[in-house]
Amino acid sequence: MLRQGPDSIFERIGGRNTTIFLGILLSLTVLAALGNLLIPADSALHVSTYTITLLGKYLCYALLALSVDVIWGYCGILSLGHGAFFALGGYAMGMYLMRQIGTRGVYGNAELPDFMVFLNWTELPWYWYGMNNFGFAMLMALLVPGLLAFVFGWLAFRSRVTGVYLSIMTQALTYALMLAFFRNEMGFGGNNGLTDFKDILGFNLQSDSTRVTLFVLSALFLGLAYLCSQFLMRSRLGRVILAVRDSEARARFLGYRTERYKVWLFVYSALLAAIAGALYVPQVGIINPGEFAPLNSIEVVVWVALGGRNTLYGAVLGALLVNYAKTRFTALIPEGWIFILGAMFVLVTIFMPKGIAGLLQRRRKEQNGSGSSLTTQERHA
Amino acid sequence: MNSLARLSSVLLLATSLGAWAQDGADMAATEAASSASSTATAMHDATEPASSRDTLLRELTQASLAQAPRVISELERVGGRELLPLFEAMLEGELHYDADSLQLMRISKDSGGVEQATDVITGEALGPRTSRSAEKVRINNRLRTLLRETIARVNLMEGSDDERAAAARAMLGGITGDRLPLLREAFEREEDGEVRGLLEVGIAMAEIMEASNDEARMAAVAVLSGRLEPPVRNLLSRIRSDENASSELREAAAEALDSIQSRIEFYQLLEQLFFGLSLGSVLLLAAIGLAVTFGVMGVINMAHGEMLMLGAYSTYVVQQLMPNHIGASIIVSLPVAFLVSASVGVLIQRYVIRYLTGRPLETLLATFGISLILQQAVRTIFSPLNRRVLAPEWLSGSWQYNEVLSLTLNRIYILGFSLVVFAILLFILKKTSLGLNVRAVSQNRAMAKAMGIRTDWVDAMTFGLGSGIAGIAGVALCQLTNVGPNLGQSYIIDSFMVVVFGGVGNLFGTLIAAFTLGMGNKFLEPMTGAVLANILILVFIILFIQKRPKGLFPQKGRAAD
Repeated sequence: MLRQGPDSIFERIGGRNTTIFLGILLSLTVLAALGNLLIPADSALHVSTYTITLLGKYLCYALLALSVDVIWGYCGILSLGHGAFFALGGYAMGMYLMRQIGTRGVYGNAELPDFMVFLNWTELPWYWYGMNNFGFAMLMALLVPGLLAFVFGWLAFRSRVTGVYLSIMTQALTYALMLAFFRNEMGFGGNNGLTDFKDILGFNLQSDSTRVTLFVLSALFLGLAYLCSQFLMRSRLGRVILAVRDSEARARFLGYRTERYKVWLFVYSALLAAIAGALYVPQVGIINPGEFAPLNSIEVVVWVALGGRNTLYGAVLGALLVNYAKTRFTALIPEGWIFILGAMFVLVTIFMPKGIAGLLQRRRKEQNGSGSSLTTQERHA
Repeated sequence: MNSLARLSSVLLLATSLGAWAQDGADMAATEAASSASSTATAMHDATEPASSRDTLLRELTQASLAQAPRVISELERVGGRELLPLFEAMLEGELHYDADSLQLMRISKDSGGVEQATDVITGEALGPRTSRSAEKVRINNRLRTLLRETIARVNLMEGSDDERAAAARAMLGGITGDRLPLLREAFEREEDGEVRGLLEVGIAMAEIMEASNDEARMAAVAVLSGRLEPPVRNLLSRIRSDENASSELREAAAEALDSIQSRIEFYQLLEQLFFGLSLGSVLLLAAIGLAVTFGVMGVINMAHGEMLMLGAYSTYVVQQLMPNHIGASIIVSLPVAFLVSASVGVLIQRYVIRYLTGRPLETLLATFGISLILQQAVRTIFSPLNRRVLAPEWLSGSWQYNEVLSLTLNRIYILGFSLVVFAILLFILKKTSLGLNVRAVSQNRAMAKAMGIRTDWVDAMTFGLGSGIAGIAGVALCQLTNVGPNLGQSYIIDSFMVVVFGGVGNLFGTLIAAFTLGMGNKFLEPMTGAVLANILILVFIILFIQKRPKGLFPQKGRAAD
């Protein structure tokens, strides 16, 4: 017997919210994919490829938000530099896609990407070797951000850098990387970044089916990451991590090596961000140093704050809502969006410290009349 | 009899021409070219008294290009310094004359683009006149060279100290052996030390070119040793690589070059030091307000950069309001910028930060939102484009110590200004009752409250103080960069780095950190380039903080936690 009463396997892993979340995510994904592929273009129900790509982009952002929620909501580490891991994953994917262009570039050089020919480089830098192999490139997309997160986290958590110090350090990290990637000498296309991609694994990036596949993949990875994170947070490990968030000193005195938990959670979170970046790049068709901008990373934090941290689904909800609003508002009143974003930062932190998820939980609690709950606590920051 | 007089005057003219030709380097060349026609002109001239300035001026209008050099030489002899404006007008191609009256005038465009005539010698305005209605005094490259020489010579002998020095410096560039008499004469008459030094260099250089024996040359090379003027270096390196020169002379030249090189390196080091100090002062200005809000109060204010920006825009607005008093506007801007930034700071504290006490990460997010709003507000009100704040006269220009070392005045002033601001802040925090309250509240809020300190009020005032100081810093910064909506953003990370590096809550730590990072950056720059230096400094701080999480000068004792 796989099912026992109301308990699905998902519920055993992650509770009722997980089932609801995954149910909504998967059904919407399937509907959107079918709406694009099966329903003819002139039908009112047809989902345009533009919409599919846009949704795919949102899902990547949602995954990035999820990665921030894991580290901020559950462990109280406010990273203002997660955009760096996202962008590094994106760059690895971008390098693979660049190499796939082959002789179809403007200069028709089979070996070198256009920007290197333009800079009069004669041979591929060593760190571009192997990037034409998809498997290797994806390994790098995980390895490089993961290693960076490990080294940074190991140094920072071991010497007990916490709170705003850590936040500012992460911001400095992404800022430094941005400056570095802007340099032409780095060999990542400088200011313009990597773009003009043609195909991925032999499939044309412009075709509907590739786009839908990428979109579905994004949804799958988001679902998987959600499930995985939920599982992690409900495990013993998750309990320790919550303890670290609420009182690190006490957890340490109880005998837990808190810095180890923090480092590994940080690496896990960075990996999620890197996956999001790698999925993002083929869908938007460009990666440039602007992705490292501190503003991007801090925007992710406000998605999570608006959606409600420490719930996972709140982060996803926040990312989708804010980005949808951004798309709509920047089309309507381009100057107004920054005001709205700024106001959102202020209002959410003052009036909605638990975000939308907090409101939902409160309503549910009021309906049930019983204080059920679990993880949300006042005392973390 | 008549013919004899003519002949003698022709001879006289010819000799005087020759003498002048020796002084003017170009004349030596022009003489040959004009010698063919010189006889004819001389015949013509001889009928009139050559000493009359007005006659010569009239003649200048009629002279052919080949005749003009002689007329100019005559004019120089007759008019000297008084005629400098004429030479300059001619050099710039603005010298015209009335076709009927042969009256000379300078026609140039005024600031509105309208052509105006002025008297060429007195500079008196003669009213608007188009250059088409007058004839232009023709000029060619040879004449330009001659005019430049003439102006240099007149300046060398007769100008003010600065003008004589500039003329002497200009002369070093194209020095030739035949300049010796002029230089010697000027040297004899010269009293100013700097000009004498320059003339001495000129004489030595000319001697090297002229002298027939090595001994004289060696002596001249010895004079040149350690001089920083570029022509000296050129001449010496020419000698060093000259195959025909004796090995002793070449060695002496090499030695002199070495001594010059080491002096240059010394001054370059000084200059680099100054750039480091200057960058340090900028960092200090940017970070000093933050040292109060973040360092002393422990409130993280991501909108701090925007306080700088508001200060800079206040300067811009004040300058727009008083466009005729640019010099004073900067001074007026200081209190204005302080008030603007301080009041915005107080508003932020009262309406946002107050509700987030004890939640630093939320404070960080909320103030970041405020920074976005302020940036966008400025973008909407002013424009997304950069605005230029004009530099007042007393802030522009540079202080030239010697050929190698020249320091821009605005950077010197800003360096001083940053230290003054620092001292004032230190005074406020250490010696006033506000400072006492601030320190009490930051050390133990509950106890301070129990002692009757209005902690709310102190919080608001401290935040206002920190923000206001950032505003003042903005006034200084807009002298170095353009004023734009992103001005604050470019400083925010750096200023946090400075405060964290120096040790939170320690003003002297901030001071030392600012100058250390400034120096570090500027000394790395020649090796790595600006961007990489910036990156390396960031990486250094990130690593440093891992090693010493509390910065260079951590707080100790009870205040520490």
